[in-house]
Amino acid sequence: MKTRKRSRFITALIISTILLSGLFRPVMAAEMKSVILATTTSTQDSGLLDVLIPQFEKNTGYFVKTISVGSGQAMAMGQKGEADVLLVHSPAAELKLVASGVGINRRLVMHNDFVIVGPSDDPAKVKGLKSTREAFKKIASSGKLFLSRGDNSGTHAKEKEVWKAAGINQEKEKWYQQTGLGMGQTLNVAAEKKGYTLADRGTYLALKKTLGLEILNEGDAILLNIYHVIEINPAKWPKVNAAGGKAFADFMLSRQTQDVIKTFGVDKFGGALFFPDAGKKVEDLGK
Amino acid sequence: MDIIVEGLLKAFQLIFSLDREVLTIAVLSLQVSGLATMISLFLGISCGTAVALTEFPGRNLVVSIINAGMALPPVVVGLFVTVFLWRNGPFGFLQLLYTPTAMVIAQAIIATPIVMGITVAAMQSLPKKLRLQILALGATRLQMLWILMREARLPLLAAVMAGFGGVISEVGASIMVGGNVLGYSRVLTTATVMETGRGNFDVAIALSIILLLFVFIINLILTLIQQRERPR
Repeated sequence: MKTRKRSRFITALIISTILLSGLFRPVMAAEMKSVILATTTSTQDSGLLDVLIPQFEKNTGYFVKTISVGSGQAMAMGQKGEADVLLVHSPAAELKLVASGVGINRRLVMHNDFVIVGPSDDPAKVKGLKSTREAFKKIASSGKLFLSRGDNSGTHAKEKEVWKAAGINQEKEKWYQQTGLGMGQTLNVAAEKKGYTLADRGTYLALKKTLGLEILNEGDAILLNIYHVIEINPAKWPKVNAAGGKAFADFMLSRQTQDVIKTFGVDKFGGALFFPDAGKKVEDLGK
Repeated sequence: MDIIVEGLLKAFQLIFSLDREVLTIAVLSLQVSGLATMISLFLGISCGTAVALTEFPGRNLVVSIINAGMALPPVVVGLFVTVFLWRNGPFGFLQLLYTPTAMVIAQAIIATPIVMGITVAAMQSLPKKLRLQILALGATRLQMLWILMREARLPLLAAVMAGFGGVISEVGASIMVGGNVLGYSRVLTTATVMETGRGNFDVAIALSIILLLFVFIINLILTLIQQRERPR
């Protein structure tokens, strides 16, 4: 009886050691000054941040908590002072955030572009069209399935912009479905249902091998996908780690980081996923 | 189908090569959910026993609230915990949002009603006269509680399994309050969601298989304990 009690005690001891041991590590990490980065799913799903964040942490000693959500949610977090710095791609909404005084020091980081992808047999016959508006009109008139992110992300905002430019009121149409998911998952849904969707090139290339979707329209100026960093104003939200946010924004624009962005994905996908733009003007992009 | 075979292979590869990243993720899953289960056991069994053994007005209402709590949706818990822990929220000064501690809190909130509900049912299923008999034999109140819990150990261990199963498989709350930060708050379920989003289905399937293995092994251990002294 006694030995059994002892063995039980030892088991309990082992279990509690396992449970508590590693928790010291997270505590240590929390003691380091942390920076909350709210960003879009595309920067995370493409793998770019997996390369950049460790470098930033090594350079500065900050601990980055990357919260990868749609641009809409990322900006809502910034608006409420729940993030220190944003890396987002929804220019119209960004300007509003800056105008409200919460977002400061909005700077251009990089761009890539959106592409219309769809099944390779292209039932709506959009391939070969120069204009993206025309392609959207073709999809609408053919009534073939189009999948929208529907999550207020930067991609969703861009998609709505194109529908508007094409003069189509798509919201209530039967062929228009909203997934409410991130870019990667929306691409998966489009692949599965053989539908069309608008995707950022980075995420599409990163997922291409499993999708079976083709790029059917690209290169139109309206498809430019532009990423900015925005710091959150500590005057509005005193609890914001302003120094950390600024350090991250500066890091994104540094020479070293811009070089990494330039070559990121070349070995894996045969082409760059993002084009570095530090110091450029938005008007000069894509020329 | 190919993707499942690929996933299986990947799982074996990740497990046997002791991939550091996967190891960290798996251990954190175990720690967060294990700790949350411990807390829920403490709260759930004590409160559950108290509710089961006492009579008070509105008792049926309390029991139905506990039972409804067993179906508490993780995302709802995640949302509320997030709002409370926001740095400009009521508990912002604790600086807990996007930490493993926040995940433990959320998961404990999810698991506690499960454990409590099963405890109430287990304690009430014991014959009422048993209590009188134990007390008549000269046991103190604490001793009586201990004996009752021993008597109800089969359903109580089922409560442990249900509570742990509920939180280790949960993703909605963990991703919201933990943020899925690599090496810090990324657990098996949140990593699976992320890898699926990235189109790395083989890794996602591998992670799922590791998760299933975990759940199986832990339930196997608990079941062995449970069935060891099966009352005849």
